[in-house]
Amino acid sequence: MAQFENQIEVETLINGEVVHRQVSSRMHLGDFLRIEMGLSGLHLGCEHGVCGACTVLVDGLLVRSCLMLAAQIHGCKVQTIEGVVESGAAKQMVDAFQKKNAAQCGFCSPAMILTTLEIAKKSIRPTREQIREAISGNYCRCTGYQAIVDAVEDVFDQKENKQ
Amino acid sequence: MNNSSNAPHELIGKPVIRQELRRLLEGKGCYVDDIQLPRLCHVAFVRSPHAHAKILDIRFDQAMKVNGVIKIVKGEDIAAICKPYMGILSHLEGMKSVPHFPLAMDRAMWHGHPVVAVVAQTRAQAEDAAELVEIDYEPLTPVVDEELALDSQTPILHPELGTNLCWERTIDEGEVDLAFKNAAVVIEEKLRTGRHTHVTLEPRAIIANYVSSDQQLEVWQSTQVPHMMHWILSHHFGIPESHVRIKSPDVGGSFGLKIHVYGDEMATVGVSILLGRPVKYVADRLESFLSDYHARDHHIHAKMAVSKEGKILAIEMDDIQSMGPYASYPRGGVNEARQVINLVGAAYGVSAYRARTRAVFQNKSMYGQYRSVGRPIACLITESLIERAAAQLGLDPLEFRKNNYIPAKAYPYKLVSGPSIEILSQHESVDQLRVLMNYEELLKEKNLYREKGVLRGIGFASFLETSSPSSTMYGKGGASISAADTATISLLPTGSIFCTASINEFGQGAQTIAAQITASVLQVPLEGVRVVLGDTDASPYGGGNYGSRGTSIGGEAILQTAKALKQNILEFAAKLFSLDPSTLGLQDGYVIRLDQHQQLISFEDLARQAYFNHEKIPKGFTPELTVSRSFAQRDFDGVFTNGIQASYVELDPETGYVKLLKHWVLEDVGVVVNPLLLDEQIRGGVIQGIGAALYEQCLYSEQGQLMNGSLVDYLVPMACEMPDIVVGHTFSATKTSELGAKGGGEGGVAGSSAAVFNAINDALKPLNVYVNELPITPAKIIQAIQQKA
Repeated sequence: MAQFENQIEVETLINGEVVHRQVSSRMHLGDFLRIEMGLSGLHLGCEHGVCGACTVLVDGLLVRSCLMLAAQIHGCKVQTIEGVVESGAAKQMVDAFQKKNAAQCGFCSPAMILTTLEIAKKSIRPTREQIREAISGNYCRCTGYQAIVDAVEDVFDQKENKQ
Repeated sequence: MNNSSNAPHELIGKPVIRQELRRLLEGKGCYVDDIQLPRLCHVAFVRSPHAHAKILDIRFDQAMKVNGVIKIVKGEDIAAICKPYMGILSHLEGMKSVPHFPLAMDRAMWHGHPVVAVVAQTRAQAEDAAELVEIDYEPLTPVVDEELALDSQTPILHPELGTNLCWERTIDEGEVDLAFKNAAVVIEEKLRTGRHTHVTLEPRAIIANYVSSDQQLEVWQSTQVPHMMHWILSHHFGIPESHVRIKSPDVGGSFGLKIHVYGDEMATVGVSILLGRPVKYVADRLESFLSDYHARDHHIHAKMAVSKEGKILAIEMDDIQSMGPYASYPRGGVNEARQVINLVGAAYGVSAYRARTRAVFQNKSMYGQYRSVGRPIACLITESLIERAAAQLGLDPLEFRKNNYIPAKAYPYKLVSGPSIEILSQHESVDQLRVLMNYEELLKEKNLYREKGVLRGIGFASFLETSSPSSTMYGKGGASISAADTATISLLPTGSIFCTASINEFGQGAQTIAAQITASVLQVPLEGVRVVLGDTDASPYGGGNYGSRGTSIGGEAILQTAKALKQNILEFAAKLFSLDPSTLGLQDGYVIRLDQHQQLISFEDLARQAYFNHEKIPKGFTPELTVSRSFAQRDFDGVFTNGIQASYVELDPETGYVKLLKHWVLEDVGVVVNPLLLDEQIRGGVIQGIGAALYEQCLYSEQGQLMNGSLVDYLVPMACEMPDIVVGHTFSATKTSELGAKGGGEGGVAGSSAAVFNAINDALKPLNVYVNELPITPAKIIQAIQQKA
């Protein structure tokens, strides 16, 4: 059997904190963040890139942490739900999700929040269809997705009311 | 007086937001896999690659050399400490099965059957070692075709039973033959529903920690039913109940998946007992498909006789339910068949009814309850026949249903299949749906599109759901599954309220429902109520969540407990002030004098006296500020709910693609405690039914290999394909409880598959094409169109 015990040195910035580690070359980023860093807000739902529950931001882009190796984040900036919540950037979206009851078991929710925050950055209000399209890489078994679309619309409503 | 909109007495029926949701949204939830313990080790399973095979030899000397490996165990090692189980319900006449062990013993019975458990310091190491376990199998002929399961040529899976039939029931009531003879229209069809599974986003997960020093077994499990598991683990591992604790932390979805006993989870507990240290098992997605319970795999042949006036005269139905290799433990696994035969034609009180259902053993994954057990199938059978009958007679499909429903004055109504229906609101449901969806306009729109050659269709499905099951569901058959729920509520020294109950939270909002009811009765703000669920060391004994009972049964237990505590508070205050308790009431955290609308004493001052200042309490009186009450629904086997759904679709005959344009649900769940939570729960249910209608199916090869065991190959509904869903309610309260709530957890699923099925077949009408098999994939639509051409 091939041995994959090789350790690879990684220097990265996770939620603004410098992290310098030896990581197993075969460990995926999701496992690294959950097991080694204790960032349990990302969840592993399929580990083959379909469900989206393991979504994090790498250099500002949404990625599935199960499809990236931990070794690949060398020199990158990683943000997880924990970092985004602590920065205050998620508050409006979390409020809207709570108000619209856009979650039940919550297992998909942190990734859904990160994904919808990307939608909320758009300057032009997306249609409901466009919101559905944008969250269609995130599987939710509990809600009808409708409340999630409502929550994103609620955030745009508030933006427009401010203007 | 408190006039704010959140005035506590107005809380029941209000769209109160879930406070506990914030923690989950912000990534601070704690699911089983998030829990780390000192000396925690991990287990991975070697699973059978064969659907049916003799196990000749197991060798793991190479596997034991892998870095980090702690222990490797076989079936007999776990069987030595765990009594086998058998999922027979004794009140289901003739039901058969054989004892079942956590790991395969001498035979592997399905592709995915756990055979060996490998324990290591990390899951990755356990998986490395699992790859090196060598097992010699002698493949045997698998039983994988439900329709042939009872043929004399088919091997018998359990020779001691002499048959592959697990359970059968027949009904022959009324003048069926005469009805068919006199019918103006007879609709006949064969239907096939696809085997599918729950696909909770959080897979099954368990940590077992057996502390040998004091023989305590502590378990964290992603489960709906902590107390059921408490009994199971105590009984099968021979550990006194007093030494077992089950905790269910945040649960990432369940839908009936997490109410069953699983061999791999039992083996995890066994391994912890053998090692005396904590062991974690979290199913990965690939093994979830291989080892989670499956459901809704039916072959149906049905006929309906209808008079020229559009009266349903009789139904004949023959149903085969596929299973796994054993009856599921402890809930039997034939409840689908039970519900299908009970409920075909039930909404219409069809009294001439001849039916048979047979549940047959298969070399496939274990099989059992999935949200809305059997009801989507009964609904599909009945509603597809009705839609065709109405069309054939040129009658309005909604009026046709209305003219056939159980008459509104006929309740309680006893079905010929056995169960009694307390009360429904079917006629109002139809009337309201017609308005909600603006049916006449929509019909015009559909026909305009048709004239332009666009295939659009509208489909309806009237559905019944059962909720609030009594002990006739399981307990009567010998299963140790509680039909009662219990709550305990205390007044704490600062005047806040502590509530715990035996119902469980897995996302549906049980905590909020508990807080709403408690706060309403005790007239305190919602924030003043702390609710703890899902810990057998903290919560009183009870059924947990299954069969839509959290609000209807658990909620009633909470209501009665809160009322009893209220009475105790009033009596205590009355004693202290020498007043009559009937002159006192509660308001905003105070005992008040009703006659003078004056605050008498705050909850805090009252509680301080009870806890810290006994010297002021009259001798001979003991304030009781902690109260428990139980509730079980005993008037009916279950409390029926009803509703009707409509689906509007557009179909592309070139690609077979179905676009869901819109969906409507009218549902009656009696008293609604929280519409915000209920409505999205209904929508989530609708989408699960749409998944069954269009996408989801576990596909097995002729050799019994599961061919699509990943989320790449097994499709689930995602946001972009799903329609907006309009939800409305009619109302008929149940008298089985003071709260008046019926269960609302499953109705969305019950009717949506059939509504979509009917809508697609309506869209296909101009082509004179009919599809009769779920899921209706684009390939099946194209094939049906091509066959016609």
